[in-house]
Amino acid sequence: MDSDSKAEAIKRAKVLMVGAGGIGCELLKTLVLSGFQEVHIIDMDTIEVSNLNRQFLFRQSHVGQSKAKVARDAVLKFVPQIKITPYHANVKDPDFNVEFFKQFNVVLNGLDNLDARRHVNRLCLAAEVPLVESGTTGFLGQVTVHIKGRTECYECQPKPTPKTYPVCTITSTPSKFIHCVVWAKDLLFAKLFGDKNQENDLFVPSNNASDSVKPTDNIIERGSDEDPEQYSRKIYDYVFGYNIQAALANEETWKNRSQPKPTFLRDVLPEKDILHNGILESNCLIDDLSLSAMPFLGLSNPQEVWNLAENSRVFLKALQLFLEKREKDIGNLTFDKDDQLAVEFVTAAANIRASSFGIPLHSLFDAKGIAGNIVHAVATTNAIIAGLIVIEAIKVLQADFQNCRMTYCLEHPSRKMLLMPVEPYEANKSCYVCSETPLLLVVNTRTSTLRDVVEKIIKNKLGMNLPMVMQGTTLIYEVGDDLEEDDVANYALNLDKILADLPAPVTSGTILTVEDFRQELKCHLNIKHRDDFDEEKEPDGMVLLGWTDGAISNGQSTSTDHQVAVGSTESEGIKVATEVSGMKRELNNSKTPQDVEDDNDEDDDLVLLDNHSETNKKQRLH
Amino acid sequence: MDREELTAQETALYDRQIRVWGVDAQKRLSKASILVSGLNGTSIEFCKNIVLAGVGDLTVMDDRLVTEDTLQANFLIPRDSDAYGGRSLSEVCCESLRDFNPMVRVSAEKGDLSQSEMEFFDKFDAIVVSCCSLNAKVAINEKCRKRAKRIAFYAIECRDACGEIFVDLQNYTYAQKRSDGTVERHLSYPSLEEAISTPWRNLPRKMSKLYFALRVIERFELSEGRTPGKLSSSDFPSILKLRKELCDAQSLNESHVPEKLFERILHAGSKLHPPICAILGGILGQEVIKAISGKGDPLKNFFYFDTADGKGVIEDIS
Repeated sequence: MDSDSKAEAIKRAKVLMVGAGGIGCELLKTLVLSGFQEVHIIDMDTIEVSNLNRQFLFRQSHVGQSKAKVARDAVLKFVPQIKITPYHANVKDPDFNVEFFKQFNVVLNGLDNLDARRHVNRLCLAAEVPLVESGTTGFLGQVTVHIKGRTECYECQPKPTPKTYPVCTITSTPSKFIHCVVWAKDLLFAKLFGDKNQENDLFVPSNNASDSVKPTDNIIERGSDEDPEQYSRKIYDYVFGYNIQAALANEETWKNRSQPKPTFLRDVLPEKDILHNGILESNCLIDDLSLSAMPFLGLSNPQEVWNLAENSRVFLKALQLFLEKREKDIGNLTFDKDDQLAVEFVTAAANIRASSFGIPLHSLFDAKGIAGNIVHAVATTNAIIAGLIVIEAIKVLQADFQNCRMTYCLEHPSRKMLLMPVEPYEANKSCYVCSETPLLLVVNTRTSTLRDVVEKIIKNKLGMNLPMVMQGTTLIYEVGDDLEEDDVANYALNLDKILADLPAPVTSGTILTVEDFRQELKCHLNIKHRDDFDEEKEPDGMVLLGWTDGAISNGQSTSTDHQVAVGSTESEGIKVATEVSGMKRELNNSKTPQDVEDDNDEDDDLVLLDNHSETNKKQRLH
Repeated sequence: MDREELTAQETALYDRQIRVWGVDAQKRLSKASILVSGLNGTSIEFCKNIVLAGVGDLTVMDDRLVTEDTLQANFLIPRDSDAYGGRSLSEVCCESLRDFNPMVRVSAEKGDLSQSEMEFFDKFDAIVVSCCSLNAKVAINEKCRKRAKRIAFYAIECRDACGEIFVDLQNYTYAQKRSDGTVERHLSYPSLEEAISTPWRNLPRKMSKLYFALRVIERFELSEGRTPGKLSSSDFPSILKLRKELCDAQSLNESHVPEKLFERILHAGSKLHPPICAILGGILGQEVIKAISGKGDPLKNFFYFDTADGKGVIEDIS
């Protein structure tokens, strides 16, 4: 590589960075030190304290400010003459369209969520701009290069969408702590403090509801003469005591499962606890997010696992504090991992439920991580990955595509390597994103609605934000700002219709065309009817096949548990299957058990060490 | 004063990394004392990482004055010459490093580490050397090994678009977590002198060529009295001559140490490649954190990265 042409290519380059967080800070620093002259950065987040352990361009005094802007200012201090354009905005905004992307020589992602990555992938394909993707979690990291027409796109290897749990597991038969957390956060917390109009399964009786189930909603309503303490005790006994009793009445559920124990306050805290032993006055001036029940109870260590009695006290106190100090928030709160009281409440509730079901209890620290989808992160991995991104970016700018690599940063060496380069793969011919192959949607067309398909499949699985759905020449659904009122009403009606009852009926053999203009993505769904779906294995009640399963036609099953990467050394020229240190994907809770939206973490995303069981069929690039 | 629990401030700041290595490891880090001798693009990456990780204190040593040349690949030095003019690298870098984490004590120490008193070494749990001649590296390593308390020793070197890390943890025992339980492991590291004295023909066939190339360059700089890292293409013929001498003495075929590799390194001269600094500084950061916290398998005992093949490789030379 001629070093002068390399320097020239760098100097002339116009680079887009998406994300100014953990990877972003390291990346921006390395880019400008390497001689890049023009960088644009998009990041919608503001700075938080927990960022400061690795996002080193930020200081305590910057908390609350825009990451993109502060990063820019910090970097200009040591390379003043560079042009850096920050955008405090969401990369999914309409301003960042194909034309916008076309102005760049390369796009570098430092994102923390799948949704945005897919969106950027599609825009880069449409704009024909090379994309360098990356991700880190703890000590693991990876960098991949995606060049239209030469390599696979980011979506050629399907990435797992967030895990959802069957409703019954959450409401009736939890077996893991995370089920209890989802219950506490998405059901109980939401029911008590969230939007009253939202659908909530909290008191759904188990199958074959028995007559002894008590009436539900009026329990949640607080009587005018009910003081917070009384109310909190009532709620406790209801959700942990009576509700479990009612569930036990249904013998079918418990035939092959161990029965939960109803938990009543009188058994856990026999004496009337004096709960006000903290200094109430000093708490008066604390802002809402720092308000905490723990000091009142003599608890100070978030790593400690509280026993049932302690959890119960935290539950009661936290609930009371919400009622006493944050009454205005009740009715419009959503769980926020930085809301101390909310975290305490959810931890306590999850633990009490866990205790009923014989599931091990967890500390606040651990529960917070699960409830908040917190991704663990350190500075060193981000620094390494940033270095690798810049190396790939430079190759791309010199059109040195033969030498582009996917690189994995491992925690445990594989064949002596901590950094393992792999040649990029050819595009997947059945990738619906970059090769327009139709997909198969197996669904009960007589019971599923259009809304079900739009939410679960088109938005969640296909990652389209503003979809348009057509059957033949009939437009059955679209979203947009410039629609006629009549049309909007019409589409709203269509959403609630059963598929087979739509103006252009959708039945077995129908082909739906789905498009997202912003992403310039069009896709065909071949519909096949099926009556029944397994509640545990197919919680969506419908199955999307084609690219997710690596083509059903050749009967390949892809295992998502075992992750394998293929490494080859150029001199050897042979494919060697190497076991890359497996990593468990962080458990992503859905907002509601049925909803499969991705939660936005503020941290760098997971390493998705893709399943390469198909690699023997794929062509390596030479 | 020995604090038992982390403060609320520390817990909030270090939350994301505590989720990686746990509270106990974080506590051990907060009591650790690190020394870095020789500040360049790579070692300052390490400094940033170790400060962010929350060590107890970091001492930096480099009396060289800040000049245009030292500014390259350096994000700690503001480009305003009024701010840096006439001051040493350690002074200026020290100030910037403090900003990254107010809870870490960062200080600058004057002098040359290879000349320092033995007692000075005792303050530290780990020492990192960079921009250093072979003799100095060996001398410092020996001093580390002579102290009663174990001092972890690391040497880091970057040339052009490649780099090397050397690790010496002497006798190191730690608990290794495996799927089938926890196992106590004992590692015995050779000193730098011992490691590089290993006859070349005893080394594995597929050894990183960079190992040999750097040994040749080290020798050359030493015998010619050159400042480490300041070679140039004009030295190419002399380097090749030395290569032949050393390879003959070691009964190793010269092709094991390709000319192209020397060409690249010499052509680059003293120029550093920032992505390499970031990568090596990151790996080194992780290694020091592992050794201090006692968690995780430390690498033994050389690490190489070269952009040419994109591999980050561990070589065990003992």
